[in-house]
Amino acid sequence: MSDLESFRVETAAWLEANCPPEMRQPVVDESDICWGGKNPTFKPGQKEWMDKMAAKGWTVPDWPKEYGGGGLSRAETKILLQEMGRLKIRSPLSSFGIWMLGPALLHFGTEEQKLHFLPPIARGEVRWCQGYSEPGSGSDLASLQTSAEDKGDHYLINGQKIWTSYADKADWIFCLTRTDKSTKHKGISFMLFDMTSKGVETKPIVLISGQSAFCETFFTDVEVPKTYGDDVSSVVGEVNRGWDVAKYLLGHERSMISGDGSSGATSLGSKFADQYGRDEMGRLDDPILRAQMAEMDIDVLAFRAMAERFGDTFKANLCHPAQPNMMKYAGTEINKRRHELIMSAGGSEVLEWESDASNGGLTARGWLRTKANSIEGGTSEVMLNVVSKQILQLPNA
Amino acid sequence: MPLYLNDDQKMLQDSAADFMKGEGNVAHFREFRDKNCKDGFSHALWKQFAEMGFTGILVSEDEGGLGLGHTEAGVVLEEIGRNLTPSPFLTTAVAGVEALNAGGKALRDKYFPGILSGDSVLALAIDEGPKHRPDQIAMAATREGNGFKLDGKKQFVVQGGSADTLVVVARTSGSAGEDKGLTLFAVDTNASGLSRDSVRLVDSAMAAHVEFDGVVVDADAVIGEVDEGSAVLQRMLNAGRAGSAAETLGVGAGAMDITVEYIKGRKQFDTIIGTFQALQHRAAHLYSEMEIARATVLKAQQMLDEGSSKAEMMVSVAKAKASKATSLSVKEGVQMHGGVGMTDEYDIGLYMKRDRALAEFMGDANYHTNLVAEMHGY
Repeated sequence: MSDLESFRVETAAWLEANCPPEMRQPVVDESDICWGGKNPTFKPGQKEWMDKMAAKGWTVPDWPKEYGGGGLSRAETKILLQEMGRLKIRSPLSSFGIWMLGPALLHFGTEEQKLHFLPPIARGEVRWCQGYSEPGSGSDLASLQTSAEDKGDHYLINGQKIWTSYADKADWIFCLTRTDKSTKHKGISFMLFDMTSKGVETKPIVLISGQSAFCETFFTDVEVPKTYGDDVSSVVGEVNRGWDVAKYLLGHERSMISGDGSSGATSLGSKFADQYGRDEMGRLDDPILRAQMAEMDIDVLAFRAMAERFGDTFKANLCHPAQPNMMKYAGTEINKRRHELIMSAGGSEVLEWESDASNGGLTARGWLRTKANSIEGGTSEVMLNVVSKQILQLPNA
Repeated sequence: MPLYLNDDQKMLQDSAADFMKGEGNVAHFREFRDKNCKDGFSHALWKQFAEMGFTGILVSEDEGGLGLGHTEAGVVLEEIGRNLTPSPFLTTAVAGVEALNAGGKALRDKYFPGILSGDSVLALAIDEGPKHRPDQIAMAATREGNGFKLDGKKQFVVQGGSADTLVVVARTSGSAGEDKGLTLFAVDTNASGLSRDSVRLVDSAMAAHVEFDGVVVDADAVIGEVDEGSAVLQRMLNAGRAGSAAETLGVGAGAMDITVEYIKGRKQFDTIIGTFQALQHRAAHLYSEMEIARATVLKAQQMLDEGSSKAEMMVSVAKAKASKATSLSVKEGVQMHGGVGMTDEYDIGLYMKRDRALAEFMGDANYHTNLVAEMHGY
């Protein structure tokens, strides 16, 4: 048996032996996702699973061991994820620290920053949020105005962020601030600070889904020290070069939002045929809906292959640097269409907003939530602009 | 296996690209079309295919081939598509060889040498109506003496006029719609009672209507087992569908490249039209669709090469997706070219015609969408 084959066998055995049964149930709603943090709310099995996986470094399997990771190779990481998928095991820990800040620090951070910030992320001890968008800076993010004034040993932050995911639940923030007002892209810094600092306020935004995953975040004379302890800088990368970090991270964010074009179920058609009715041939008995379901099944399987190819080429440095923009565009558009189809198949039952039968309007709220997919992290229109200019090299007006 | 070409496959891609661009390019295609050549391709070029080793990609090394897989066949097919190279490669060296690979050694020994040398051309006699419905095959093969007698009609037999051998799917028992009872035969096109009416298609390729009027074949013409042909057929279809998806992908990619280049140069209102967001967004959307199609085609090829039991589903996904993406590519291509897109002088229209013919080969996007629903059990 090759090393990778034995790794697969051993990994599967360890997962089966250690994963709590609750963590092998499908994720139904937001509360089934484990985010960790200083004030966590754990459901049964979540903490146990997070701690067991963190002890092996497998909450961040491909990070180096010295920063709390598992030190696994690309091939090993892929196997671990495949085995977790096959055994229907939930992710032990979700966080913006893992998806966004971690990759930024691994790429741009100092050794001191990595040692200080990464292990608590890997262990699920600190929950991070991302301070990017502002009321006047959406698609044109680099026009952001939140100011960070140099006061010698600290920065003084004033301004407002919007669409800050889970700002009300986060412990720390990675935040884009303006450190030079005389220039646009080269006057932005990427700062890390504590959300319990004096002068930070958050206010959840109620969305059309009735949920409030996003917040408005206000900073009034927030003092951010230049260093934590002796030598851990609060700025990632150079001062005024935060846009480089932000651009790098937008790639990660866009790949992340693109997902695999689906949230779980392999085939919409087989699920709805049982619910909706079948003809004497066993076919879903609404032929138009059946055709739409089959087209969606194809699009989902196709995008899954695309996601696999994107992941493989990204890791091997073979994909175009702007490819995450294409992934974000395609993945979010498919997901929106998929939820339109789910609503259409569900008919009047999925219109129910609060009933127990509808699980509190889960389907409708999920459908509405997907409408943000093609707006957050860069709109579809911005993605198409980037693809046409950077990949197809179409000229500027 | 990562979902991109490995170094060997990339080398093959480079040499296939150079070869098609040099020897089998659009100018070559036009030359053969304008000559009104009855075979629709150059036999000299087909010999060169053989010298390059392409015809032996799916033939095992023991039998004198390269012993490679569907991924490598697809690499060559994509370049064929990109350059509109006229050749019998897909029917002969991909689907035809794969059918023979599913049969006995005697048939392989008989046919492989001619395929490897570029002297032989195979065509596939499957369809009996205007749409691809292999589950409805009704053509009869009845026992006669030591062999079988074939009676019936086949159509859309691509390269059927120039082929020396036909792979024929017929019914030895049961009735249309049944899985059991199908048998595949390798039939000499010179056989008595076999007549061919070769017609030119919209894309200038040649396809034949073939009539079998009491064509007698020996028992050793049977590929695989009598009545158990559906497995052989499936293997041939998998190869042909994945292959045609790869060729389609090449057509779509070629059309996209030509179009993007065109809108970078064409000026109206004193402005390069490629600066208009109305075109940029459509071009970027097309790029996205083509990228996804490419991923499905490679995934299907890799799954076939791995012998995955789920390959058939992915083959249908790839055929449907490549077909839709390429259809978008050629339609957007003609529209973005404007008036010149309608002329014979510009190549973009040739891509549109090639796509149309490939779309029907071994099932269009609708056919495969329906198959995906059936494979999912609804």
